[in-house]
Amino acid sequence: MIRTEGLTKRFGGLVAVDGVDLDVGEGDLFGFLGPNGSGKTTTVRMLLGLVFATSGRIEVLGRPMPRAAREVLPQVGSLVEGPAFYPHLSGRANLALFDAAGPRFTGGPWRSPGPPRATPGGRDRRRRIDDALGRVGLDRVGRRPVRAWSSGMRQRLGLAAALLRAPRLLVLDEPTNGLDPHGMREVRDLLAELVAGGSTVFLSSHLLAEVELVCTRAAIVDRGRLVAQDRVEALLGPTGRVLVTTPDVGAAADLAAALPGVRLGERGGDRLAVHLDGTAPEALNRRLVDGGVRVRELVVERSTLEDVFLRLTGRDGHVPG
Amino acid sequence: MFLVELRKLVGRPRTWVTIGLLAGLPTLVAVLLRVTGVGPRPGQGPAFLAQVLNNGALFPAAALALVLPVFLPVAVAVLAGDTVAGEASAGTLRYLLVRPVGRTRLLVAKLAVTVVFVFLAVLVVAGVAFAVGAWLFGVKPLPSVSGQTIAAQDATWRTAVTVAYVAWSMLGVAAVALFASTVTDSPLAAALGALAALVTSQVLDLLDAAAAIKPYLPTHYWLAFVDLFRTPVLWHGVSRGFAIQAVYIAVFLGAAWANFATKDIKS
Repeated sequence: MIRTEGLTKRFGGLVAVDGVDLDVGEGDLFGFLGPNGSGKTTTVRMLLGLVFATSGRIEVLGRPMPRAAREVLPQVGSLVEGPAFYPHLSGRANLALFDAAGPRFTGGPWRSPGPPRATPGGRDRRRRIDDALGRVGLDRVGRRPVRAWSSGMRQRLGLAAALLRAPRLLVLDEPTNGLDPHGMREVRDLLAELVAGGSTVFLSSHLLAEVELVCTRAAIVDRGRLVAQDRVEALLGPTGRVLVTTPDVGAAADLAAALPGVRLGERGGDRLAVHLDGTAPEALNRRLVDGGVRVRELVVERSTLEDVFLRLTGRDGHVPG
Repeated sequence: MFLVELRKLVGRPRTWVTIGLLAGLPTLVAVLLRVTGVGPRPGQGPAFLAQVLNNGALFPAAALALVLPVFLPVAVAVLAGDTVAGEASAGTLRYLLVRPVGRTRLLVAKLAVTVVFVFLAVLVVAGVAFAVGAWLFGVKPLPSVSGQTIAAQDATWRTAVTVAYVAWSMLGVAAVALFASTVTDSPLAAALGALAALVTSQVLDLLDAAAAIKPYLPTHYWLAFVDLFRTPVLWHGVSRGFAIQAVYIAVFLGAAWANFATKDIKS
């Protein structure tokens, strides 16, 4: 659905995006991660034809961008760096205005993820707007101008605008910004529902937990370079450590240390970390139990996306200039 | 796209406030003239005002001469400067472009709406001025600036050409402001840029040392429409004015298009 080769963007002397090769397949819920200033937003803008690449190729829905923007973009819904509206108009009027701009909606040859299939032209605009508002929980907003809305409501309206034309591909930049935990949950469910319906979602975010929860694949960029791209499960491999909780910490440590290749990690209270280095966790468990250690909990540690992210984007915390 | 832009223009209260204010100024002048009966001495003050006391039929032209030097260009510069930069600063520009609206298409729609606004403003000013003039001063056959009388039918087309000429001149302003609007993301800066160009032109037009470039200044022929009320009509200034504005319009629209079509949208 999205494929880039050697995608590079320079702003003057600054290389914002540096040789990025993205590969997003159909049906992916793809997480695009990176620290502030890592080139995430610039990449998203290049995918949508807002910013022109210095070099490299972009294909979206199998067509070159930005050359085929007129064919590609009607099938793409997007949310780029926060929603934006005409503040003096109501949410409904804003959606109507956006829908009326640009080429007429033709329903398109793609599978519509939503229940209602749109009919040609703008005739069913009202129904599509109702449907989109309903999907983001804004069906009872009334006629108040957007000016008076909370940021969470605006975020939802931005999502509704992205959903308006039953897109095959959703490119969402920080879609849960400004949402409360309920809202975040609803958006996660909505994304899962859209993917189940056949859409592909490209989700740019710095909320690692969110990406870990919903995404099937992810890429991490740092200082404009792609540092990882894989299935989320593959990114979150086991760390090779086991965390043991037991009242008999001393005995457990002695037993574990006697196993070949095993090193002891930190230890505190009733907890003990063990680097297994090849030994199976179940072998450790047997040794402990046979040795009379009362094991309350034995957990194979897996890295969180945060660990992976911090390791791959390791740096002193300064935003690149 | 044009209809969408038109809806935005019409739906905005400030459009109507601006036009109202534009029509309000000549109305205020007319009322003051009527109440005091004190007009500027012939040959002094704003064009045509001296004659208006005797004949309201000249008031549309007088009203345009009143708003032309400052008020109308400021309004046009603010509106045209807001077209692209306003969308950029509100963040809606990126959503329009990914809808997708082609960049050239968007620019043409913005220009068309600006044209509508310019004509609407000029026509409303002229129309209100005619009504006010007729009501306060009465309509008689026009004495021309040269002394002879102009028949009513004749006066109509002269006024029509005046409206077209003033609108065309304002399109020159709009083109400069539209270009500025594609350069910056701040509508204020865009309007200011266009106004800076106009003020520069008007200052140079007063300067003898700039005599060599005066005929090429965008504001130089703005008031040439006065010549339309001479008998016979002096076409020289008006046609030069039309031609020079055409050049400015073409150059700045071309620049606006070239800039906008290749620009990275980072707003």
